[in-house]
Amino acid sequence: MDKVYPSVDAAVADIPDGASIAVSGFFTAGTPIPLIQALARQGAKNLTIICMQLGPGNADIQQLVLNNQLKKAICNYPLYRSASRGANEPFEQAVRAGKVEVEVYPMGTFVEKLRAAGAGLAGFYTPTGVGTVVERGKEKRRFGDQEYLLELALKPDYAFVYAYQADRMGNLVCRKTARNYNPEMAAAARITIAAVENIVEPGTLEPDMIHVPCVYVQRVVKVDRPVYFPTID
Amino acid sequence: MEKEVKKLKGISRELIALRVSRELEDGTCVNLGIGIPTLVSNWIEGRDIILQAENGMLNAGPFATEGNIDQDLINASCQPVTELPGVCYFSSGESFAMIRGGYMDAAVLGALQVSEKGDLAGWSNPARGLPEDIGNIGGSMDLAVGAKKVIVAMNHITNTGEAKIVKQCTYPLTAKEVVKLIVTDLAVIDVTPKGLVLLEVAPGLTAEDVQSVTKPKLIISPDLSEIQF
Repeated sequence: MDKVYPSVDAAVADIPDGASIAVSGFFTAGTPIPLIQALARQGAKNLTIICMQLGPGNADIQQLVLNNQLKKAICNYPLYRSASRGANEPFEQAVRAGKVEVEVYPMGTFVEKLRAAGAGLAGFYTPTGVGTVVERGKEKRRFGDQEYLLELALKPDYAFVYAYQADRMGNLVCRKTARNYNPEMAAAARITIAAVENIVEPGTLEPDMIHVPCVYVQRVVKVDRPVYFPTID
Repeated sequence: MEKEVKKLKGISRELIALRVSRELEDGTCVNLGIGIPTLVSNWIEGRDIILQAENGMLNAGPFATEGNIDQDLINASCQPVTELPGVCYFSSGESFAMIRGGYMDAAVLGALQVSEKGDLAGWSNPARGLPEDIGNIGGSMDLAVGAKKVIVAMNHITNTGEAKIVKQCTYPLTAKEVVKLIVTDLAVIDVTPKGLVLLEVAPGLTAEDVQSVTKPKLIISPDLSEIQF
Protein backbone atom coordinates (compact mmCIF):
# COMPACT_ATOMS: atom_id res chain seq x y z
CA MET A 1 0.00 0.00 0.00
CA ASP A 2 1.80 3.09 -1.27
CA LYS A 3 0.16 6.38 -0.28
CA VAL A 4 2.84 8.69 -1.61
CA TYR A 5 1.64 11.45 -3.94
CA PRO A 6 4.00 13.11 -6.41
CA SER A 7 3.35 16.68 -5.26
CA VAL A 8 1.38 18.79 -2.82
CA ASP A 9 -0.73 20.00 -5.76
CA ALA A 10 -1.66 16.43 -6.68
CA ALA A 11 -2.43 15.66 -3.03
CA VAL A 12 -5.01 18.47 -2.72
CA ALA A 13 -6.38 18.37 -6.29
CA ASP A 14 -9.73 16.71 -5.47
CA ILE A 15 -10.75 18.97 -2.58
CA PRO A 16 -14.21 20.24 -3.56
CA ASP A 17 -15.92 23.54 -2.86
CA GLY A 18 -17.53 23.51 0.58
CA ALA A 19 -15.03 21.07 2.12
CA SER A 20 -14.00 21.27 5.77
CA ILE A 21 -10.26 20.97 6.36
CA ALA A 22 -8.42 20.61 9.67
CA VAL A 23 -4.94 22.18 9.53
CA SER A 24 -2.39 21.17 12.16
CA GLY A 25 0.30 23.35 13.68
CA PHE A 26 0.81 25.17 16.95
CA PHE A 27 1.65 28.62 15.68
CA THR A 28 4.75 27.92 13.56
CA ALA A 29 5.54 24.41 14.83
CA GLY A 30 4.35 21.58 12.60
CA THR A 31 2.31 23.78 10.28
CA PRO A 32 1.88 22.18 6.83
CA ILE A 33 2.56 25.39 4.93
CA PRO A 34 3.17 23.74 1.50
CA LEU A 35 -0.29 22.12 1.64
CA ILE A 36 -1.91 25.45 2.55
CA GLN A 37 -0.11 27.10 -0.36
CA ALA A 38 -1.26 24.30 -2.67
CA LEU A 39 -4.85 24.79 -1.50
CA ALA A 40 -4.59 28.49 -2.32
CA ARG A 41 -3.39 27.58 -5.85
CA GLN A 42 -6.08 24.93 -6.22
CA GLY A 43 -8.82 27.45 -5.51
CA ALA A 44 -11.64 25.47 -3.82
CA LYS A 45 -14.22 27.87 -2.39
CA ASN A 46 -16.59 28.04 0.61
CA LEU A 47 -14.08 26.21 2.77
CA THR A 48 -14.34 25.62 6.50
CA ILE A 49 -10.85 25.72 8.00
CA ILE A 50 -10.32 24.11 11.40
CA CYS A 51 -7.02 25.47 12.69
CA MET A 52 -5.63 26.86 15.93
CA GLN A 53 -5.08 30.28 14.44
CA LEU A 54 -5.77 32.24 11.27
CA GLY A 55 -2.65 34.33 11.12
CA PRO A 56 -0.19 34.36 14.04
CA GLY A 57 2.73 32.18 13.05
CA ASN A 58 0.87 31.04 9.93
CA ALA A 59 0.58 34.01 7.59
CA ASP A 60 0.10 31.78 4.53
CA ILE A 61 -3.33 30.69 5.66
CA GLN A 62 -4.53 34.24 5.13
CA GLN A 63 -4.07 33.79 1.38
CA LEU A 64 -7.27 31.74 1.57
CA VAL A 65 -9.01 34.87 2.87
CA LEU A 66 -7.54 37.07 0.14
CA ASN A 67 -8.67 34.50 -2.47
CA ASN A 68 -12.23 34.48 -1.05
CA GLN A 69 -11.90 30.75 -0.41
CA LEU A 70 -12.74 30.87 3.28
CA LYS A 71 -16.35 30.64 4.45
CA LYS A 72 -15.81 29.68 8.06
CA ALA A 73 -13.01 29.31 10.59
CA ILE A 74 -13.14 27.03 13.64
CA CYS A 75 -10.24 27.93 15.89
CA ASN A 76 -8.97 28.63 19.41
CA TYR A 77 -6.43 31.47 19.02
CA PRO A 78 -7.48 33.20 15.79
CA LEU A 79 -6.08 36.69 16.18
CA TYR A 80 -2.78 38.50 16.43
CA ARG A 81 -2.18 39.49 20.07
CA SER A 82 -1.58 43.09 19.12
CA ALA A 83 -4.85 44.83 18.29
CA SER A 84 -3.10 47.32 15.99
CA ARG A 85 -1.30 44.53 14.13
CA GLY A 86 -4.44 42.43 13.86
CA ALA A 87 -6.48 45.32 12.46
CA ASN A 88 -4.27 45.26 9.36
CA GLU A 89 -4.53 41.52 8.77
CA PRO A 90 -6.82 40.02 6.08
CA PHE A 91 -8.50 37.50 8.39
CA GLU A 92 -9.41 39.99 11.10
CA GLN A 93 -10.61 42.48 8.50
CA ALA A 94 -12.82 39.77 6.95
CA VAL A 95 -14.23 38.97 10.40
CA ARG A 96 -15.01 42.63 11.07
CA ALA A 97 -16.66 42.93 7.65
CA GLY A 98 -18.80 39.87 8.39
CA LYS A 99 -17.33 38.01 5.42
CA VAL A 100 -16.24 34.93 7.41
CA GLU A 101 -18.03 33.00 10.10
CA VAL A 102 -15.94 32.21 13.16
CA GLU A 103 -16.35 29.68 15.96
CA VAL A 104 -13.83 29.93 18.80
CA TYR A 105 -13.39 27.11 21.30
CA PRO A 106 -11.08 26.70 24.28
CA MET A 107 -7.98 24.88 23.06
CA GLY A 108 -8.70 21.72 25.02
CA THR A 109 -12.27 21.60 23.75
CA PHE A 110 -11.13 22.30 20.20
CA VAL A 111 -8.78 19.33 20.13
CA GLU A 112 -11.09 17.03 22.10
CA LYS A 113 -13.87 17.63 19.54
CA LEU A 114 -11.47 16.25 16.93
CA ARG A 115 -10.32 13.42 19.17
CA ALA A 116 -13.94 12.42 19.81
CA ALA A 117 -14.66 12.32 16.08
CA GLY A 118 -11.66 10.09 15.46
CA ALA A 119 -12.71 7.82 18.32
CA GLY A 120 -16.28 7.36 17.14
CA LEU A 121 -17.87 9.43 19.89
CA ALA A 122 -20.73 11.88 19.44
CA GLY A 123 -19.35 14.33 21.97
CA PHE A 124 -18.26 14.78 25.57
CA TYR A 125 -18.94 16.80 28.71
CA THR A 126 -16.23 19.24 29.75
CA PRO A 127 -16.01 21.62 32.71
CA THR A 128 -14.15 24.14 30.55
CA GLY A 129 -16.15 27.20 29.55
CA VAL A 130 -18.89 26.95 32.19
CA GLY A 131 -19.97 30.46 33.19
CA THR A 132 -18.40 32.04 30.08
CA VAL A 133 -19.61 32.99 26.59
CA VAL A 134 -18.52 29.51 25.50
CA GLU A 135 -21.53 27.94 27.23
CA ARG A 136 -24.07 29.76 25.06
CA GLY A 137 -26.50 27.45 23.33
CA LYS A 138 -24.97 24.33 24.84
CA GLU A 139 -26.46 21.73 27.14
CA LYS A 140 -25.18 22.22 30.70
CA ARG A 141 -25.31 19.27 33.02
CA ARG A 142 -24.26 18.67 36.59
CA PHE A 143 -22.29 15.55 37.50
CA GLY A 144 -21.50 15.38 41.21
CA ASP A 145 -20.65 18.86 42.41
CA GLN A 146 -19.48 20.25 39.10
CA GLU A 147 -21.18 21.59 35.98
CA TYR A 148 -20.13 20.53 32.50
CA LEU A 149 -20.91 21.58 28.93
CA LEU A 150 -21.84 19.16 26.18
CA GLU A 151 -19.47 19.64 23.26
CA LEU A 152 -19.99 17.73 20.03
CA ALA A 153 -17.49 15.84 17.90
CA LEU A 154 -16.01 17.66 14.91
CA LYS A 155 -15.37 15.51 11.86
CA PRO A 156 -13.54 17.27 9.01
CA ASP A 157 -13.57 16.05 5.42
CA TYR A 158 -9.81 16.52 5.16
CA ALA A 159 -6.85 17.07 7.48
CA PHE A 160 -3.51 18.62 6.56
CA VAL A 161 -0.89 17.31 8.98
CA TYR A 162 2.89 17.54 9.23
CA ALA A 163 5.52 14.97 10.08
CA TYR A 164 9.25 14.67 10.30
CA GLN A 165 9.22 11.12 8.97
CA ALA A 166 6.71 8.77 7.34
CA ASP A 167 6.80 5.43 5.65
CA ARG A 168 5.02 4.89 2.37
CA MET A 169 2.06 3.30 4.19
CA GLY A 170 1.47 6.51 6.14
CA ASN A 171 2.87 5.79 9.59
CA LEU A 172 4.01 9.17 10.90
CA VAL A 173 6.74 10.26 13.28
CA CYS A 174 6.68 13.86 14.48
CA ARG A 175 9.42 15.90 16.09
CA LYS A 176 9.16 17.57 19.51
CA THR A 177 6.41 20.21 19.82
CA ALA A 178 5.65 19.90 16.09
CA ARG A 179 3.47 16.92 17.04
CA ASN A 180 0.65 19.04 18.58
CA TYR A 181 -2.67 18.53 16.76
CA ASN A 182 -1.40 15.99 14.22
CA PRO A 183 -2.62 12.77 15.91
CA GLU A 184 -6.13 14.06 16.69
CA MET A 185 -6.66 15.76 13.33
CA ALA A 186 -5.38 12.76 11.37
CA ALA A 187 -7.76 10.43 13.20
CA ALA A 188 -10.72 12.78 12.89
CA ALA A 189 -10.66 13.47 9.15
CA ARG A 190 -12.05 11.29 6.39
CA ILE A 191 -8.97 11.98 4.22
CA THR A 192 -5.70 12.94 5.90
CA ILE A 193 -2.89 14.40 3.83
CA ALA A 194 0.51 14.37 5.52
CA ALA A 195 3.28 16.75 4.46
CA VAL A 196 6.45 14.90 5.39
CA GLU A 197 10.11 15.86 5.46
CA ASN A 198 11.50 12.35 5.03
CA ILE A 199 9.73 9.36 3.43
CA VAL A 200 11.11 5.88 4.05
CA GLU A 201 10.17 2.30 3.17
CA PRO A 202 7.73 0.37 5.41
CA GLY A 203 9.61 -1.50 8.10
CA THR A 204 12.20 1.24 8.51
CA LEU A 205 10.55 3.27 11.27
CA GLU A 206 10.85 2.12 14.87
CA PRO A 207 7.37 0.56 15.36
CA ASP A 208 7.19 1.53 19.04
CA MET A 209 7.82 5.17 18.14
CA ILE A 210 4.96 5.87 15.69
CA HIS A 211 2.91 8.94 16.65
CA VAL A 212 0.20 8.57 13.99
CA PRO A 213 -0.68 5.01 12.92
CA CYS A 214 -0.99 4.53 9.14
CA VAL A 215 -4.71 3.77 9.12
CA TYR A 216 -5.38 7.46 9.87
CA VAL A 217 -3.33 8.72 6.91
CA GLN A 218 -4.54 8.44 3.32
CA ARG A 219 -1.96 10.52 1.44
CA VAL A 220 1.72 11.26 2.01
CA VAL A 221 3.69 13.91 0.19
CA LYS A 222 7.34 14.93 0.49
CA VAL A 223 8.10 18.53 1.41
CA ASP A 224 11.36 20.29 2.11
CA ARG A 225 12.08 21.15 5.71
CA PRO A 226 11.46 24.87 6.03
CA VAL A 227 13.92 27.07 7.89
CA TYR A 228 12.50 29.94 9.91
CA PHE A 229 12.64 31.65 13.28
CA PRO A 230 9.63 30.74 15.44
CA THR A 231 7.59 33.84 16.32
CA ILE A 232 4.01 35.05 16.36
CA ASP A 233 4.84 38.74 16.06
CA MET B 1 -12.50 55.68 45.70
CA GLU B 2 -12.56 57.81 42.55
CA LYS B 3 -10.37 60.54 43.99
CA GLU B 4 -7.07 61.31 42.32
CA VAL B 5 -4.50 58.86 43.63
CA LYS B 6 -0.81 59.37 43.85
CA LYS B 7 1.26 57.40 41.34
CA LEU B 8 2.23 54.26 43.20
CA LYS B 9 5.63 52.80 42.45
CA GLY B 10 5.64 49.03 42.59
CA ILE B 11 8.03 46.21 41.88
CA SER B 12 9.20 45.22 38.39
CA ARG B 13 7.76 42.47 36.22
CA GLU B 14 10.81 40.37 37.01
CA LEU B 15 10.21 40.76 40.76
CA ILE B 16 6.52 39.89 40.38
CA ALA B 17 7.75 36.69 38.71
CA LEU B 18 10.26 36.10 41.51
CA ARG B 19 7.52 36.49 44.12
CA VAL B 20 5.31 34.03 42.24
CA SER B 21 8.18 31.54 42.09
CA ARG B 22 8.23 31.49 45.90
CA GLU B 23 4.65 30.16 45.84
CA LEU B 24 5.59 27.16 43.73
CA GLU B 25 6.46 24.03 45.63
CA ASP B 26 9.18 21.55 44.80
CA GLY B 27 7.93 18.28 43.39
CA THR B 28 5.09 19.91 41.46
CA CYS B 29 4.07 20.41 37.85
CA VAL B 30 3.33 23.97 36.74
CA ASN B 31 2.06 25.70 33.60
CA LEU B 32 3.06 29.30 32.92
CA GLY B 33 0.86 31.55 30.77
CA ILE B 34 1.86 34.34 28.38
CA GLY B 35 3.36 37.61 29.65
CA ILE B 36 4.64 38.11 33.21
CA PRO B 37 3.96 34.41 34.03
CA THR B 38 6.52 33.34 31.42
CA LEU B 39 9.17 35.25 33.38
CA VAL B 40 8.68 32.91 36.34
CA SER B 41 10.76 30.35 34.43
CA ASN B 42 13.83 32.55 35.01
CA TRP B 43 13.50 32.07 38.77
CA ILE B 44 12.98 28.30 39.05
CA GLU B 45 16.05 27.02 37.24
CA GLY B 46 17.56 24.19 39.22
CA ARG B 47 14.45 23.64 41.31
CA ASP B 48 12.52 20.38 41.37
CA ILE B 49 9.60 21.78 39.35
CA ILE B 50 8.28 20.35 36.08
CA LEU B 51 7.18 22.98 33.58
CA GLN B 52 4.40 21.93 31.25
CA ALA B 53 3.96 23.71 27.93
CA GLU B 54 0.42 23.13 26.69
CA ASN B 55 1.59 22.70 23.13
CA GLY B 56 2.73 19.28 24.28
CA MET B 57 5.81 19.16 26.47
CA LEU B 58 6.88 18.36 30.02
CA ASN B 59 10.21 19.52 31.45
CA ALA B 60 10.51 22.54 29.21
CA GLY B 61 13.82 24.29 29.84
CA PRO B 62 15.12 27.86 29.59
CA PHE B 63 14.81 29.93 26.44
CA ALA B 64 17.02 28.82 23.58
CA THR B 65 19.90 31.08 22.66
CA GLU B 66 20.97 31.96 19.16
CA GLY B 67 23.12 28.87 18.65
CA ASN B 68 20.64 26.24 19.87
CA ILE B 69 17.28 27.28 18.41
CA ASP B 70 15.23 24.34 17.13
CA GLN B 71 12.15 25.46 15.21
CA ASP B 72 10.30 22.30 16.31
CA LEU B 73 10.89 23.12 19.97
CA ILE B 74 8.80 26.07 21.16
CA ASN B 75 6.74 26.94 24.20
CA ALA B 76 3.05 27.84 24.07
CA SER B 77 3.95 31.48 23.32
CA CYS B 78 5.90 30.38 20.20
CA GLN B 79 9.26 31.15 21.80
CA PRO B 80 12.17 28.75 21.17
CA VAL B 81 13.01 26.86 24.36
CA THR B 82 15.29 24.02 25.40
CA GLU B 83 14.87 20.61 27.01
CA LEU B 84 15.59 19.57 30.58
CA PRO B 85 16.35 15.99 31.67
CA GLY B 86 13.10 14.04 31.75
CA VAL B 87 11.65 15.93 28.79
CA CYS B 88 8.75 14.30 26.98
CA TYR B 89 6.44 15.30 24.15
CA PHE B 90 2.81 14.47 23.49
CA SER B 91 -0.12 15.57 21.37
CA SER B 92 -2.43 18.50 22.05
CA GLY B 93 -5.22 16.10 22.93
CA GLU B 94 -3.10 14.47 25.60
CA SER B 95 -1.82 17.83 26.80
CA PHE B 96 -5.32 19.08 27.57
CA ALA B 97 -6.44 15.76 28.97
CA MET B 98 -3.53 16.23 31.39
CA ILE B 99 -4.61 19.79 32.17
CA ARG B 100 -8.30 19.04 32.72
CA GLY B 101 -7.35 15.79 34.43
CA GLY B 102 -5.86 17.73 37.33
CA TYR B 103 -2.15 17.11 36.77
CA MET B 104 -1.20 20.80 36.92
CA ASP B 105 -0.48 21.58 40.55
CA ALA B 106 -0.45 25.26 39.65
CA ALA B 107 -1.10 27.52 36.69
CA VAL B 108 0.28 31.05 36.64
CA LEU B 109 -1.85 33.23 34.38
CA GLY B 110 -2.07 36.86 33.41
CA ALA B 111 -5.38 38.69 33.73
CA LEU B 112 -7.27 41.74 32.55
CA GLN B 113 -9.53 41.63 35.61
CA VAL B 114 -9.93 39.52 38.75
CA SER B 115 -13.05 39.74 40.91
CA GLU B 116 -13.27 39.51 44.66
CA LYS B 117 -14.70 36.01 44.28
CA GLY B 118 -11.73 34.90 42.16
CA ASP B 119 -13.46 35.18 38.79
CA LEU B 120 -10.83 35.54 36.07
CA ALA B 121 -11.17 37.62 32.90
CA GLY B 122 -8.16 37.39 30.65
CA TRP B 123 -8.84 36.31 27.09
CA SER B 124 -10.68 39.20 25.50
CA ASN B 125 -10.55 42.96 25.72
CA PRO B 126 -13.88 44.37 24.50
CA ALA B 127 -12.05 47.55 23.45
CA ARG B 128 -10.87 45.58 20.42
CA GLY B 129 -14.40 45.90 19.10
CA LEU B 130 -14.96 42.35 17.86
CA PRO B 131 -18.06 40.22 18.50
CA GLU B 132 -17.86 39.09 22.11
CA ASP B 133 -17.47 35.41 21.33
CA ILE B 134 -14.44 35.99 19.07
CA GLY B 135 -11.01 36.24 20.66
CA ASN B 136 -7.92 34.31 21.66
CA ILE B 137 -9.19 31.84 24.24
CA GLY B 138 -6.23 29.55 23.63
CA GLY B 139 -5.54 27.27 26.58
CA SER B 140 -6.56 29.76 29.25
CA MET B 141 -10.02 28.39 30.07
CA ASP B 142 -8.81 24.81 30.36
CA LEU B 143 -5.90 25.84 32.57
CA ALA B 144 -8.09 28.01 34.78
CA VAL B 145 -10.55 25.16 35.31
CA GLY B 146 -8.09 22.27 35.43
CA ALA B 147 -5.20 23.52 37.56
CA LYS B 148 -5.32 22.80 41.28
CA LYS B 149 -4.15 26.32 42.09
CA VAL B 150 -4.51 29.36 39.84
CA ILE B 151 -2.12 32.21 40.58
CA VAL B 152 -2.61 35.49 38.74
CA ALA B 153 0.50 37.55 37.99
CA MET B 154 -0.25 41.01 36.61
CA ASN B 155 0.11 44.72 37.04
CA HIS B 156 -2.27 46.05 39.67
CA ILE B 157 -3.86 48.69 37.43
CA THR B 158 -4.21 49.20 33.68
CA ASN B 159 -1.98 51.50 31.64
CA THR B 160 -4.75 54.09 31.87
CA GLY B 161 -4.94 53.79 35.65
CA GLU B 162 -8.05 51.66 36.06
CA ALA B 163 -8.35 49.03 38.75
CA LYS B 164 -8.01 45.44 37.55
CA ILE B 165 -9.10 43.92 40.86
CA VAL B 166 -12.84 44.56 40.82
CA LYS B 167 -16.08 43.57 42.53
CA GLN B 168 -17.40 41.97 39.37
CA CYS B 169 -15.56 41.44 36.10
CA THR B 170 -16.92 43.49 33.22
CA TYR B 171 -14.65 41.80 30.66
CA PRO B 172 -15.51 38.33 29.26
CA LEU B 173 -14.77 35.64 31.83
CA THR B 174 -12.14 32.95 31.48
CA ALA B 175 -13.57 31.00 34.43
CA LYS B 176 -15.57 31.63 37.60
CA GLU B 177 -14.18 31.45 41.14
CA VAL B 178 -10.82 29.93 40.26
CA VAL B 179 -8.13 32.44 41.31
CA LYS B 180 -6.47 31.57 44.63
CA LEU B 181 -3.70 34.18 44.79
CA ILE B 182 -3.01 37.51 43.08
CA VAL B 183 0.54 38.81 42.79
CA THR B 184 0.92 42.32 41.36
CA ASP B 185 3.51 45.07 41.24
CA LEU B 186 1.88 46.54 44.35
CA ALA B 187 0.67 43.66 46.48
CA VAL B 188 0.10 40.00 47.22
CA ILE B 189 -3.57 39.23 47.80
CA ASP B 190 -5.15 35.98 48.93
CA VAL B 191 -8.59 35.14 47.54
CA THR B 192 -10.64 33.61 50.37
CA PRO B 193 -14.33 32.79 50.90
CA LYS B 194 -14.50 35.83 53.20
CA GLY B 195 -13.01 38.17 50.62
CA LEU B 196 -9.67 39.45 49.42
CA VAL B 197 -6.98 39.38 52.12
CA LEU B 198 -4.05 41.75 51.69
CA LEU B 199 -0.97 39.77 52.69
CA GLU B 200 1.95 41.84 51.42
CA VAL B 201 2.60 45.29 49.98
CA ALA B 202 5.43 46.57 47.80
CA PRO B 203 8.26 48.40 49.60
CA GLY B 204 7.25 51.91 50.62
CA LEU B 205 3.51 51.35 50.20
CA THR B 206 0.77 51.13 52.79
CA ALA B 207 -2.41 49.08 52.88
CA GLU B 208 -4.32 52.31 52.16
CA ASP B 209 -2.25 52.88 49.02
CA VAL B 210 -3.18 49.43 47.72
CA GLN B 211 -6.82 49.87 48.70
CA SER B 212 -6.96 53.14 46.75
CA VAL B 213 -6.40 51.24 43.48
CA THR B 214 -8.42 48.14 44.40
CA LYS B 215 -12.23 48.17 43.99
CA PRO B 216 -13.34 45.57 46.57
CA LYS B 217 -12.75 46.24 50.26
CA LEU B 218 -9.55 44.51 51.29
CA ILE B 219 -9.27 42.56 54.51
CA ILE B 220 -5.91 43.47 56.02
CA SER B 221 -4.00 40.43 57.21
CA PRO B 222 -2.85 40.67 60.82
CA ASP B 223 0.53 39.57 59.46
CA LEU B 224 0.67 42.23 56.75
CA SER B 225 4.24 42.67 55.58
CA GLU B 226 6.42 44.04 52.84
CA ILE B 227 6.59 41.71 49.80
CA GLN B 228 8.63 38.67 50.78
CA PHE B 229 11.06 37.37 48.21
